[in-house]
Amino acid sequence: MDLENFLTQHQSAILKRWFNFIIDTYPPETAKLFKREKDPFANPVGSTIFQGMQGLYQELVREIDPETASPFLDKIIRIRAIQDFSPSRAIAFVFVLKDLVREQSRAADDPEETLSQDDLTSFDGRIDRLAMLAFDIYVQCREKLYELRVNEVKNRTHRLLQRANLLAEIPDQEPSL
Amino acid sequence: MASVPKANELIAGTDHKPPKTGWMDTPVEFRPGTWCYSGKSKNLEVVGLPNPREWSPIDDDWKLPENWKEIIFEGLRERIHKYRSFQLFMDICVRCGACADKCHFFIGSGDPKNMPVLRAELLRSVYRKDFTLAGKILGKMAGARELTEDVVKEWFFYFFQCTECRRCSVFCPYGIDTAEITIIGRELLNLLGLNIDWITAPVANCYMTGNHLGIQPHAFKDMIEFFVEEIEEVTGVKIEPTFNRKGAEILFITPSGDVFADPGTYTLMGYLMLFHEIGLDYTWSTYASEGGNFGLFTSHEMMKRLNSKMYAEAKRLGVKWILGGECGHMWRVINQYMDTMNGPADFLEEPVSPITGTKFENAKSTKMVHLVEFTADLIKHGKLKLDKSRNDHLKVTFHDSCNPARAMGFFEEPRYVLNNVCNHFYDMPPNTIREQTFCCGSGSGLNTDEYMEMRMRGGLPRANAVKHVHEQHGVNMLSCICAIDRAVLPPLMNYWVPGVDVTGVHELVGNALVMEGEHERTTDLRGEPLEGMEDSDNEDL
Ligand code: SF4
Ligand code: SF4
Repeated sequence: MDLENFLTQHQSAILKRWFNFIIDTYPPETAKLFKREKDPFANPVGSTIFQGMQGLYQELVREIDPETASPFLDKIIRIRAIQDFSPSRAIAFVFVLKDLVREQSRAADDPEETLSQDDLTSFDGRIDRLAMLAFDIYVQCREKLYELRVNEVKNRTHRLLQRANLLAEIPDQEPSL
Repeated sequence: MASVPKANELIAGTDHKPPKTGWMDTPVEFRPGTWCYSGKSKNLEVVGLPNPREWSPIDDDWKLPENWKEIIFEGLRERIHKYRSFQLFMDICVRCGACADKCHFFIGSGDPKNMPVLRAELLRSVYRKDFTLAGKILGKMAGARELTEDVVKEWFFYFFQCTECRRCSVFCPYGIDTAEITIIGRELLNLLGLNIDWITAPVANCYMTGNHLGIQPHAFKDMIEFFVEEIEEVTGVKIEPTFNRKGAEILFITPSGDVFADPGTYTLMGYLMLFHEIGLDYTWSTYASEGGNFGLFTSHEMMKRLNSKMYAEAKRLGVKWILGGECGHMWRVINQYMDTMNGPADFLEEPVSPITGTKFENAKSTKMVHLVEFTADLIKHGKLKLDKSRNDHLKVTFHDSCNPARAMGFFEEPRYVLNNVCNHFYDMPPNTIREQTFCCGSGSGLNTDEYMEMRMRGGLPRANAVKHVHEQHGVNMLSCICAIDRAVLPPLMNYWVPGVDVTGVHELVGNALVMEGEHERTTDLRGEPLEGMEDSDNEDL
């Protein structure tokens, strides 16, 4: 079976296992609640991750377009980047799809229904592209975090310094002549 | 075939696997971004807090006093007798779990010890061991444990990972208020000299100089005069506020954050404009120059001490009553604690609006009126001329700050004012506002930069709801009535919902307020062009 059909046909099974994989990286008590609660405002982590995965899955069925795939990846990684995960663990969910798809293919009874080696290689290529994007996004999130820290320290006393004439600022506009 | 590890085996080999031990026996790990710097000894000394010394949470040795266990047990005993609510909260939790997933820190971090029930259990387990019969006999089986240094470290980690927002209490069938447990937990930690600099420095400054940053009277006055100039630039109207004026009818007190930090400064401009326009007989104080009270995050005693200075100043100046600006925890202190702590303030008069004649009966005892209520009353009586269209460049939502919302039930007044000063207002989903509002994630003295990562976790549920109205309605302005919110929501938005800015309600009032003698306005208070004025020449302003 060709890759596109395979992925479409097994979408709900693979998505479910993929979602469970990522949620199981949280402690068990937490995972239970993150899986159960469906209200997106009561459970933003579970629901945002799920939405992101749904979007990414559609991207994988086609080819990976960085423009359209990035926002979905961003949804998930922006959360993981500020939680208690090492960088590798924060983006591990991308790689695990290689296993999940292979397992799903192996489970098929009819050899006609499995994926060929070529298909698998092509799928791995898509995952690799996604992984590179994921790496970029993770780093952007962490950089943003440090930028916020620095800005906050600066803003805190800016008005005071300005008032105390301790700042010599270049005016925004050229003085009119 | 060569053995190629599977992707998820590779991952399993990394780190942060769930611990094998139960929560009671798993010590905390102080990772950067998840804890706040410790209180400096000079600040502890100034206000007489115990055990001043230099130390850091990542040190092995926290330099606790010799008899630290005794101090904690004695402190716990004293508080159990003093606060009946505390003993009840220790005893009656049935572990039903209704509160478990209601805390923003749990929702955003996924750390089970941020479930309110477990946060309380950190203290309760020690209470059980030494204060209940079952715990004494059965120990761990009854959920009891020994008090060790690791337990104290865990308290420090998690009691400074609770913003005392009270959201969990809304969902508890018994009304257990975990915020109160955190308050006592922090009080006990303070007995050992365990506190954070972001709280002790403001406390010390407030005690010595009158405000969190230690702005001295002349500089405070200078700052406000600076805003007077900015207002004149935008409106053409010259305002003349007074300072420490004896015999004024009203003393106005607001958090000092409004004086020195954007975007609170624009809210302060709104206050000045409003008071000028209605001809209010009021004064600023350069001594009671802080509405905030970080004593609340230290101990009951410290809260009382800092609160008393506002009333001492009202007495000294001989005003009739106090008007309070847009602040969060100042109102919690006034509404929940002031009356039994320092009240009743009998030397003041029951507040009456000099413009509308409305009696603020709810402030009968504390003699302090919330500005948003005062303004809502002005609008209701048609005393303000407002041009809503001057906020047409903004699509506004409202963040119910935890304290006015849950400690005061203050829901309608801000929305009433907002709907009268802007045309585009959109509320966030119901389970994220009003009494169910989500905390900004940085309250109760946790708004420090080294804590940014944890703040992003704690603020995630709030940001998620803002994101929803941003995507649905194009909301680009998040309004609030708390100075800590105004300081911490901008970075939160920057990370989670870029394109949304933060404002106080009275900044929007200032924009809409039609003032006598003003020239045509082309910009808002921030100098941003008004709708339709994008091309106008601002050179002459
Ligand atoms: S909701 Fe109340 S009774 Fe139930 S676990 Fe939480 S604190 Fe205990
Ligand atoms: S008071 Fe707020 S921060 Fe503290 S445990 Fe309850 S919900 Fe969490």
